Amino acid sequence: MAGSAPVMTQMSYDMAHLIGATVLMAGFQLLYQRRLFAVLNTFAFQALALAAAAAWQAHIQNAPHLYVTAAIALVFKAMIVPFALHWLVERLGIHRTVETAMSIGWTMIAGVALVALSILLVLPVTANASALTRESLAMAMSVVLLGLLMMITRRNAVTQVVGFMALENGLILAAVSAKGMPLVVEISIAFSVLVAMTLFGIFFFRIRERFETLDLGDLETYRGDRQ
Amino acid sequence: MIGHLSQLPGADNPLLWILGVPLGSAGFLAVLRDWRVAAWVNVLASGVTFASSLVLFEHRPEANKLLFIDDFNIYLVVLTAFIGLTTAVFSAAYIARESDAHRLSDLHLRFYHSMYQAFLFTMLLALTANNTGVMWVAVEAATLTTVLMVSLYRTREAIEAAWKYFILCSVGIGLALFGTTLVYLAAQPVMGDGADAMAWTLMIKRAGEFQPDLLNLAFVFVLVGYGTKVGLAPLHSWLPDAHAEGPTPISAVLSGLLLNVALYALLRFKMVIAANGHTLTPGPLLIMMGLSSLFLSAFMLYRRGDIKRLFAYSSIEHMGVITFAFGMGGPLANFAGLLHMTMHSLTKSAIFFAVGIISQNAGTKRIADIRGLTASHPVLGWGFVLAVLAIAGLPPLGVFMSEFLVVSSTFARAPLLAVPLALGLLLAFGALVSRLQMMAFGTPPLGGQSHGEAGTVSSILALTPLWVHMSLVLVAGLYLPAELVSWFQTVARLLG
Amino acid sequence: MSAIWQLLQVFLVLAVAPLITGWVRFVKARLNGRIGASPLQPYRDLYRLLQKEAVVAHSASWVFRAAPYVTFAAVWLAAAVTPTFTTQLVLAHAADLIALVALLGLARFWTALAGMDVGTSFGGLGASREMMIASLAEPAMLMVTFSLSLISGTTSPAQIIAFVLSGGVGVEVSLGLALAALLMVGIAENGRIPIDNPSTHLELTMVHEAMVLEYSGRHLALMEGAAMVRLTFFMALIGGLFAPWGMALEGDGPVGVLIGLGAFAAKCFVLASGLAVFETAIAKMRVFRYADFLGGALLLGLLATIFLYLSEAV
Repeated sequence: MAGSAPVMTQMSYDMAHLIGATVLMAGFQLLYQRRLFAVLNTFAFQALALAAAAAWQAHIQNAPHLYVTAAIALVFKAMIVPFALHWLVERLGIHRTVETAMSIGWTMIAGVALVALSILLVLPVTANASALTRESLAMAMSVVLLGLLMMITRRNAVTQVVGFMALENGLILAAVSAKGMPLVVEISIAFSVLVAMTLFGIFFFRIRERFETLDLGDLETYRGDRQ
Repeated sequence: MIGHLSQLPGADNPLLWILGVPLGSAGFLAVLRDWRVAAWVNVLASGVTFASSLVLFEHRPEANKLLFIDDFNIYLVVLTAFIGLTTAVFSAAYIARESDAHRLSDLHLRFYHSMYQAFLFTMLLALTANNTGVMWVAVEAATLTTVLMVSLYRTREAIEAAWKYFILCSVGIGLALFGTTLVYLAAQPVMGDGADAMAWTLMIKRAGEFQPDLLNLAFVFVLVGYGTKVGLAPLHSWLPDAHAEGPTPISAVLSGLLLNVALYALLRFKMVIAANGHTLTPGPLLIMMGLSSLFLSAFMLYRRGDIKRLFAYSSIEHMGVITFAFGMGGPLANFAGLLHMTMHSLTKSAIFFAVGIISQNAGTKRIADIRGLTASHPVLGWGFVLAVLAIAGLPPLGVFMSEFLVVSSTFARAPLLAVPLALGLLLAFGALVSRLQMMAFGTPPLGGQSHGEAGTVSSILALTPLWVHMSLVLVAGLYLPAELVSWFQTVARLLG
Repeated sequence: MSAIWQLLQVFLVLAVAPLITGWVRFVKARLNGRIGASPLQPYRDLYRLLQKEAVVAHSASWVFRAAPYVTFAAVWLAAAVTPTFTTQLVLAHAADLIALVALLGLARFWTALAGMDVGTSFGGLGASREMMIASLAEPAMLMVTFSLSLISGTTSPAQIIAFVLSGGVGVEVSLGLALAALLMVGIAENGRIPIDNPSTHLELTMVHEAMVLEYSGRHLALMEGAAMVRLTFFMALIGGLFAPWGMALEGDGPVGVLIGLGAFAAKCFVLASGLAVFETAIAKMRVFRYADFLGGALLLGLLATIFLYLSEAV
């Protein structure tokens, strides 16, 4: 899109990194929580930070379409999704503590290892790209891996879903940090999230109809492969 | 966004019909109340789509930033539209019986037909997209539509299958998006910002200038992401459940078409990698994943008790062989892989057509309860025998040809690898043939429902697609049209 | 001149410490809806304790009698050499962050010994909990030290402050993370909510108080005084390292020092009020959660160091 040259000063870099780091810290905070409502609130905070990151990128890249992404992240992921999940948890009477497959301490250590891994992978590979891209990419990859870690180490369907959405936050962070990536991708991502959320709702009700709990440990007993 | 709208195909462009008809009929079918009419609208829409795709042979539209047709996706588009049509025909018959047996309600059926067309639309969009982002969106939308359909029967197993499918494939898709972003980042310094850096046709020309390390990292993500959707081991655990629990027409299109589309996406990226000379060759990775899929499924085939699950594992096996072929690389192996993709689609969907009727007749999906098919239902039974022998790799059927090409090219280039390959293929062959023998021959169970083979419309409808597919596979085993061969060869060369 | 400022500081931290603690208690009381004691009350408490007789158990050894003095001396020394209103201190070069951590560790060690010395169960309880907290909090503090030193090239707070004020570092993610980690460590070291409730009377929930249960009279005054000075020390450290503006640097005259004093007062006011609000807003954690909390602080410190490599500020 034609426009004036983007404003890239040291301050822009620093702010972008600061916001990206906030998203990453929220990812760690997600791993740390033991209560389901705290998880939902932390996820809302992460989405808020993501919206801020998208808005800032829109400002410094002079790419107005990213404001739309920021708005979607703000309204949908920071408000509607946590609210809807909150309502689901209350309505279905789901167990309010987070059941973990690995203790929280070890999970956090694994999280730090993943962050170090992301940095090790991304920095050498992007040697020729601008500093903004490198740091943002490393942070985005860390957020993605942390979301993945959360999905692996949590046994409740709601927290798995939140982990998946945290993973998506990382993906969107990567996409907005990539300079000039076209609109199609952004709206499409948001579209997918929208449809996915509708599905989640359907699933939760169906699962509830079938099972009494959303503990995936019970779900696993029906491993059709044993036939 | 306005800029992209101008890229939509005009009325004389066959792509408009190919994409517009499924999309429009999806919307129409969502509101249509009578499922009987809906089934025929479904067939009609698929027919129009198929006819439009045939036009592509005559007149290839110009590539623009959004959509394009080249030697790789032309035959895949036609194949998808064709199998979409035959499956729609089969579905009309199958659904009629499901509704009579009260296994599906009217609302479910309306939803089913609408999602079927939506699914076809997303697959065709993924195949014809010239933008990595649009392709990604289409694959994700395809996953979403099929997840809903897998859980259609609302049983415990169906819901678990759909949940597993959803979670695993969504994570895979997410990682694929990350890979896509990385590819864009590799392309952006060379090609500038914006849609140019995401267009296949433009990227392939300048891929040599992309940074190799970044492409390597990107390909790993793409391989894990789209590889999950292809069903490569160890990312395959969603496949048997998802393919087994949905309605049979859905299993047919999942095994026959969606796996191909995911593999197509993977191969497009591989082409970019191959065009850049300095990247790590992804061959060993693909070979490893292909062989592990092959062996894992070959062993699992022996212990399956559910008929649909059996053939779902067979899909994993064949996808493994195809991936192995593309991992080997070189003109012959790539050609074999492309041919195998086509043959497998036709054969696997034919098998699922047969399986659908069989399980409806027998009232069960357990292999142990199905016996003596050739005696009780000759047309169906012998069609089933032919199909299973085809998928097991017996000559002179098409699948044998492609498997033979893979094995021989592997012997020529890396004889050590050919041993496990041949071993895996033989194991699978043994499992399938032994199961086939149990089901097709012997005396049928007493008291089983034995519908006469009288030419009721419904049974003709159900059996025709099976025989049409099998005749195509038989012909392809003996003779391939020259145009198809030349397309395969071009793509084989591009794949490196 | 720096000798004068040093001397001033030595008595300043002593004089100001009870006021800070009093202010925290006052704000907490007001937030709880009580009128609360005046902020000057701790002075009166200390004075009262000093007048009283120190009662020592029969089973106590010389450790019990010596501990209050050692503890107080160590903490006072740590607070005296950390830059509060100026970096022009004679002993500033001896104030190395690692040495400061060691001084605090020394104080903690003696307190724990005293707690175990008399042989009561609560004393042992407090000592073991304190040591558990320390085993996690000290590495976290060291991680913060590492990241700060990597940025500025030195471990001396005075030089770090000078470096930051001279514009050597911009808005750094690592600094934010290090600040968060140091705040969490500060809460743990000072025995504040959510780690420990300083005004609790339930022995089973005590950590720090349990160790000093047996003290009375001047011994208790010294232990209480040490806790107050420790709080002042942390506020000075956090305010100085992360918000160094207003600090009087080398070569600043008396005017600069006055500004520095004002800045120090302001920082202490803000931090004390913030602490009071935070303590009111949050509930005390159960003991088995300490590891999570302090593990989080440690990981934040670790991340602060890792992020330095990410942003190539190293």
